[in-house]
Amino acid sequence: MALSREQLAQRVAQELQDGYYVNLGIGIPTLVANYVPEGMEVMLQSENGLLGMGEFPTEETVDADLINAGKQTVTATTGASYFSSADSFAMIRGGHVDLTVLGAFEVDQQGNIASWMIPGKLVKGMGGAMDLVASARNIVVTMTHANKKGESKLLKECTLPLTGAGCIKKIVSDLAYIEIRDGKFHLLERAPGVSVEEIVAKTAGELVVPEHVPEMNVS
Amino acid sequence: MSGFNKVVTSYDEALEGLSDNMTVIVGGFGLCGIPEGLIGKMKSLGVTGLTCVSNNAGVDGFGLGLLLEDKQIKKMIASYVGENALFEQQLLSGELEVELTPQGTLAEKMRAGGAGIPAFFTPAGYGTPVADGKEAREFDGKMHILESSIVGDFALVKAWKSDTMGNLVFRKTARNFNPMAATAGKVTVVEVEEIVAAGELDPNEIHTPGIYVNRVIKGSFEKRIEQLTLKK
Repeated sequence: MALSREQLAQRVAQELQDGYYVNLGIGIPTLVANYVPEGMEVMLQSENGLLGMGEFPTEETVDADLINAGKQTVTATTGASYFSSADSFAMIRGGHVDLTVLGAFEVDQQGNIASWMIPGKLVKGMGGAMDLVASARNIVVTMTHANKKGESKLLKECTLPLTGAGCIKKIVSDLAYIEIRDGKFHLLERAPGVSVEEIVAKTAGELVVPEHVPEMNVS
Repeated sequence: MSGFNKVVTSYDEALEGLSDNMTVIVGGFGLCGIPEGLIGKMKSLGVTGLTCVSNNAGVDGFGLGLLLEDKQIKKMIASYVGENALFEQQLLSGELEVELTPQGTLAEKMRAGGAGIPAFFTPAGYGTPVADGKEAREFDGKMHILESSIVGDFALVKAWKSDTMGNLVFRKTARNFNPMAATAGKVTVVEVEEIVAAGELDPNEIHTPGIYVNRVIKGSFEKRIEQLTLKK
């Protein structure tokens, strides 16, 4: 079975380490915050100027001056700090954020990512995604393996305008955990019950398949 | 106004000198930390042909969205503009031009503009449509593009507190682009929730020194929330 949104978030959460500063994009990446392993401490960075993002507020604690990058009302955790957008992107471009998780329309085997623009449709903007992918040391892309028409999103070469070039090394899709190196996709894990054949069939780019592909550990 | 007293008491004084075709930098992230009264005054003044530099373009009927109603904005420089139907309509009809800019690059353009740095190299946008027509150069084995800084004829800023000398303190994530915007205006006007006497703010805790600020006005704020999200 392909992973659910929650299971995708669970698998991505296995990339977290104690003491990590983490930037989570909008959508599935946001759900990763729900699966921080017991006993592990991470600080969430929100690029509008908050390090130490906490859970959503109650009606009593809601504050219009405290939002996340998705413009949702949030709270701040113990040890949180507020700062300007310039400081926020100094953290991001300066490589101070340990892990960045974001979605994508397409990723190719050179590590290029397209996530912000579909020509012919209205372009809303890239927000902070280009700054994030250009500089983060450790990026996980999480997305469905194929689009709604069944077409692969893991390509030889991206067809859409790029968000960043040569910057993606790890993908958690609903079918597989894949790393990119030496200009190829490498299959490392498969979703429980998903066959290697299905993953191969739904990967348009060059995919290196080892003899044994373990199943992901998700519940 | 005399000496270092930056306080003005009317929006007419606050925006004196603002005219058609100017470049106006506006602080805020979404609807958080926007100078609501100054935007409202821009609307009632009816200035047109504006180039607005702000992370977002407001929503229909609030924030910079108000200036779209009478087509006062000619060009928008922003990182994300997806919250606004009127914006979309004017963009598609060609009445409005947009220059989409990566968010960190936008912040740095303002910071550099205020700091006397005319341009800077950043890795953000290399290999993407943002790099079109821009100089690219390799530093330490990595490609970067040259981005020019921005100075506004006016910068409109929202702060939490100011003293009469224009020293500013921001509140929570309403800080966002406001400190950089404050440095990057030829005329910087700040709308605040509270003005206190000089000396009442602890110099240790001032976020933006008054040297960047020309005028301060006390506003009243609706603080509309774009995505009210509560704990389940």
